[in-house]
Amino acid sequence: MRGRPLLYTSYEGDQAILNTTTKKVAAGLFILFLAAIPFFAAGTIGEEGSLPGPDFLATGDWLRLLSTVGIYAIGALGLNILTGLAGQVSLGHAFFMGLGAYTAAVLGSPAGPLWGLGLPMWVWLPAAGIVAALVGVLVAPAAVRVRGLYLAIVTLGLVFIGEYLWRNLDFITGGSQSGRNHPTFAFRIWKEEEPLIDFSADGTWFGFLNLSGQAKTYLFILAVTIGFVLLAKNLQRTRVGRAFMSIRDRDIAAEVMGVNEFKYKTTAFAISSFFAGVAGALIASLVGRTIPETWNLFLSVQFIAIILIGGVGTVTGAILGTLFVILLPRLVRDFTGWMEGIVESGDGLLAGILDIFVSTESGDFGLINTSAGVAPGLGIDQLNLVIYGLLIILFLIFEPLGLYGIWLRIRNYWKGWPFTY
Amino acid sequence: MTPDFLILAQEGAANGSAAAQALVTGLSLGSIYALLAMGFVIIFKATQVLNFAHGALAAMGAFFVAVFATIWDIPQRWLPDWPVWSTWTLSVVFALIAAALAGMAIERVFIRPMIGEELFAVAIVTLGVDIVIRAVLNDFIGTDSRPLGDPWGTGVFDLGFVRIAHTEVVQLVVTFALVVAIALFFRTRLGVAMQATAFDQEAARAQGIDVGKVFGIAWAIGAVLAAVGGIFLSVFPRRGAGLDTQTAFFVFAAFPAIILGGLDSVVGAVVGGMIIGLAQAYSGLLPWEFLGTGFSGVVPYFIMIVVLLVRPYGLFGTEEIRRV
Repeated sequence: MRGRPLLYTSYEGDQAILNTTTKKVAAGLFILFLAAIPFFAAGTIGEEGSLPGPDFLATGDWLRLLSTVGIYAIGALGLNILTGLAGQVSLGHAFFMGLGAYTAAVLGSPAGPLWGLGLPMWVWLPAAGIVAALVGVLVAPAAVRVRGLYLAIVTLGLVFIGEYLWRNLDFITGGSQSGRNHPTFAFRIWKEEEPLIDFSADGTWFGFLNLSGQAKTYLFILAVTIGFVLLAKNLQRTRVGRAFMSIRDRDIAAEVMGVNEFKYKTTAFAISSFFAGVAGALIASLVGRTIPETWNLFLSVQFIAIILIGGVGTVTGAILGTLFVILLPRLVRDFTGWMEGIVESGDGLLAGILDIFVSTESGDFGLINTSAGVAPGLGIDQLNLVIYGLLIILFLIFEPLGLYGIWLRIRNYWKGWPFTY
Repeated sequence: MTPDFLILAQEGAANGSAAAQALVTGLSLGSIYALLAMGFVIIFKATQVLNFAHGALAAMGAFFVAVFATIWDIPQRWLPDWPVWSTWTLSVVFALIAAALAGMAIERVFIRPMIGEELFAVAIVTLGVDIVIRAVLNDFIGTDSRPLGDPWGTGVFDLGFVRIAHTEVVQLVVTFALVVAIALFFRTRLGVAMQATAFDQEAARAQGIDVGKVFGIAWAIGAVLAAVGGIFLSVFPRRGAGLDTQTAFFVFAAFPAIILGGLDSVVGAVVGGMIIGLAQAYSGLLPWEFLGTGFSGVVPYFIMIVVLLVRPYGLFGTEEIRRV
């Protein structure tokens, strides 16, 4: 059946995660590209060698940024399962992330002034997810009883209660003043001194791959993220996933059809919290040190923004949304830096136009303020927030399916090209 | 770390009249929550929008007062002979008009296009509005507090066993007046139109009610009530120094009040606000060490969760009838 990608001759083919040849090739190439990123830097293969490619991606801060994207994608996939698939709006994601992070810290960090058991990563990473999932199960009965918008506000309360707990459990979290360190990424069998694989230190793999700590961390997180993406993608085509969707679309109808609402809502909370817990543990370890205020409402809102901008209910959307939301602040910063440079160079039409928008020194006027002083105009942090907020609003008003919806439209356009139908 | 809003209660505790002082603090705090919750409920009832931007609206209202009264000095600069309280009241009136216009503008620009969408999607739009307004406001407010220039300052009536700030008296009077005004409003033609809209938007339209206008008015009322709440949150004794970047955040404590009373009940908003305010004030007196710091900040959420488990639609909320 060559040349007929949409003709399925078996249920397996129809239900496959990558159900067309194009998707298989594209996904394969994309993963290869992601895996190759650290090797774009000179001297990573053998003495001098490197793969051809954009080598700025292989710098430390970009690898870190991409690692962050991977971790946030895991969290976003979790929220997507709860909100996108099962239709339960939750603002409590930050709470479960914090729970995962502190579980990991207690289990994985060496004992010191704060609690720590010094267990290896293969214990603390899954445990972070499992503990969060268990608490998710505890919260779920409340969520089953309380519906819709009421649920959104109950989960909002969860974040505040969580923050209060983290601030006061200072033997675990270090309190607001100092915070605590989180375990590093390293593979140990048990508590031995030298890890088998240390993802956080520079080193050589297989005798010829010279990788920095950031590069190794990135590769590790890439692998974990791919695992979670497969998990999330797979969930959608199981009985459980379909039950979630039926609850989302009409909970009473689902119940009439024999979907046990209580059971599946609890499951949704558990799975979502598992993803959140793992993401929390990973992000805390990547950052290295967190304070209780890290796990605040804004983090939850960020995840809501991610799945809304990406496209609710789709795995691809969650990933696109994460890329967009995490890379956006960086792009905004670079872009304002670029504008500032042009304005300060001071000549040409472009500089004149940009000068209207950018104020570079106090007394100057502009929408965007790049000077540290008190000139009118938005600072870069505020500018980022405003762009966040506006994007959430604009996507919801104009493209409720998010980036995924835009992608669908582009794809369908070219599928039928040159016809418009 | 003691939250600002409990300072007087703590002083009262030192004087040995803690319970009485907590009653005063609780009532005054509760009336702020009641104002905020009432505006929120009016918006929710009339337009079916869960307004996460309510905190931002409150801070914006307080900010308008700061702008008119202390930064631009309007109308004091043109009327130097008038007493401060009268010009300040005029500044507040200007600020409230600005807040009402801002509320209507938000509804027209961001909320109107979302009519017919899922309630959740609209709620998230308001979350976006909240982020935008707060970011812009915080940029204007800066790291300092913005005093509102109110004429009462830190004046206190000392009754011996209890200390009542002048602002608290004003606040209770204003809250009472506004509650009565809202109750009367629902008897006017427009108020009845709003009730009809809340009941069934299409049927209301078929009766010749301009539903769009009702939406605008509801947002204007909500924004004004939020602004009044924001003003009282930014003056002594709640926040001594004035409006700062945390003010909008304090409004989140009004959410439990709203949920407690029921999302769509104006009476519930007032009752819920009072319960939450009193609970917060009295929780500051709890002697137990293990509660740690900031417990009074989360008391509202605990109460909310417990009440919701017993009554999923709040104390006065309408139970949603679910059909297949």
